[in-house]
Amino acid sequence: MTLASQLPALQVIVPLLTAPVAAFLRPRHLAWAAATLASLMAFGIAVQLAITTGDGSVQRYDMGGWPAPYGIELAIDSLGALILLIITGASTLALIAGRGAIDAEMEEHRQPLFYAAWLMVVAGLSGIAITGDAFNVFVFMEISSLATYILIAGGTDRRSLTAVFKYLVMGTIGATFYLIGVGLIYMMTGTLNFADMEARIGDVGHIAPVHLAAAFIIVGLALKAAMFPLHVWLPNAYAYAPNAVTAFIAACSTKVAILVLLRFDFFVFMGNIADHATQFALFVGPLAVLGILFGSGVAIFESNLKRMLGYSSVAQLGYILLGASFVDRAGLMAGILHMFNHALAKGALFLGIVALGYRLTRFDRSDLQGIARRMPWTMTAFTIAAFSLIGVPGTAGFISKWYLVTAAFAQGTLGIALVAVIIASSLMAVIYLWRVLEPAWFGTPSHDTAQAREAPLGVLAIVWIGAALNVWFGLFPAFPVGMAEVAANELMSHLP
Amino acid sequence: MEILGLFNYWVFAALLMIGFYALIARQNLFKKLLGLSIFQSAVFLLYITMAKVEGGTAPIILDPGAAEIFSNPLPQVLILTAIVVGISTTALGLAIVVRIREAYDTIEDDEIRRLDRPS
Repeated sequence: MTLASQLPALQVIVPLLTAPVAAFLRPRHLAWAAATLASLMAFGIAVQLAITTGDGSVQRYDMGGWPAPYGIELAIDSLGALILLIITGASTLALIAGRGAIDAEMEEHRQPLFYAAWLMVVAGLSGIAITGDAFNVFVFMEISSLATYILIAGGTDRRSLTAVFKYLVMGTIGATFYLIGVGLIYMMTGTLNFADMEARIGDVGHIAPVHLAAAFIIVGLALKAAMFPLHVWLPNAYAYAPNAVTAFIAACSTKVAILVLLRFDFFVFMGNIADHATQFALFVGPLAVLGILFGSGVAIFESNLKRMLGYSSVAQLGYILLGASFVDRAGLMAGILHMFNHALAKGALFLGIVALGYRLTRFDRSDLQGIARRMPWTMTAFTIAAFSLIGVPGTAGFISKWYLVTAAFAQGTLGIALVAVIIASSLMAVIYLWRVLEPAWFGTPSHDTAQAREAPLGVLAIVWIGAALNVWFGLFPAFPVGMAEVAANELMSHLP
Repeated sequence: MEILGLFNYWVFAALLMIGFYALIARQNLFKKLLGLSIFQSAVFLLYITMAKVEGGTAPIILDPGAAEIFSNPLPQVLILTAIVVGISTTALGLAIVVRIREAYDTIEDDEIRRLDRPS
């Protein structure tokens, strides 16, 4: 009964129990401090878990002492640990950078409740990453989703309300589909534990309900993961949420859904349903390619910076899914690595927007004229993150794109076409980011931007941490590459 | 008999589609939420139906010797959680609709879209 063996449970319990406390803390800065502290503690636990799972071992924990498969089992592998690092890291950085911005945008009495909802998102997303129980995933998914809706509705623009309504409707449909799928599997196997399901589906006589369950689960999770063409909730939700919230959720929320998708498909379905690997590849692959081209294409014509980055996320999620659709070790490794690196790049970009938000209120291209002359440090960090998103050598984005291109070449003739898609999309990324960076660096300051000063020092420090991580993991990628390799081996080991 | 024997599952599918249709076809945000609520309720029926064992009773052992058939209690417990999730979703959705009405003075989706269009 050492503390180390309790870490999987504490990962969720710390933010979950701090949330109601934060809701009652006054003055508001105390609530912020509690949220940041809990988030930081969760990050510490995630680092510890990443160290223990880095060698491929799975840390298991029986909730309440009930042994699996009867009780709820927490099972953390290196994939889960990597996602936990993204969730808690993004949350901590966004909380520190966003304090002043949230303070300025939101009434005093709402802020403690806002921070409570924030912690619920952290708890829910971490819960999805650690649990080994399919129904538990649903519960945590809805905890995090409901709390995310609250965070997004905290935006000052009234369009945040319509955006969040759309997200609520589509998110609930996704979760309900997932619930139907889990129900059908439970009906056929009598278990909710992933490991137990994997063992038992093979004995099922009538396989048709399992096929149906697979369809419901994949579509439901694709909705949550904003896979093209189910992405329509994403751009507006990112654009009209408070800047700090966007920095947090853009880094992690869709990736958690992809994590569950990978777990279900590779642990449960691929080993047991004949031809599932081919079906998965044929369903996910083309949609991923369309998502890459569509997301990057629309981003070029989008003038609002936050919406543009939202569409860019649709494209980047396409890279992750494209890697997964190869159903081989190299592809999965590239996809998982890109989850981490995209979180770094997109997180850093949105942190840059948080910093810009201290001086600007609107983020159209025309509003950014000459801003780099007034806020050179912020824009330099932003530009480094943008390079990482494009995949310039020396940044994290280059590493995962390199692995993805290598994995695509191994696919034969089709792979060459896919490499062309990846390169085309990267060029489109150059175009849409240049359309922002060009006026920002070379434009003449307009009336609004002429007033702007450099962002507060504390915020600037966080933005630079984000940018520095992109460079660090671009030059020394051993840690994420190692984790992704272990995770890909783990997923592939369940295939026949 | 086969078709009638699956009666509950047919109702599940019908409710699911009725809710889904209301969600897509209606412009009124409140009616959309009603549709969403029906959509979720359909799943409750699915879970409760799968737990029922023909001739089964509540799983409480009164007489340890007697061979009784019990219904499966677990899906009912699961769906209790899902019902709570459904209520929370509806409540949050309604709260957002109230705020949308305050901000736009309408809850018709097409009018909101017209108001948001850059003029």
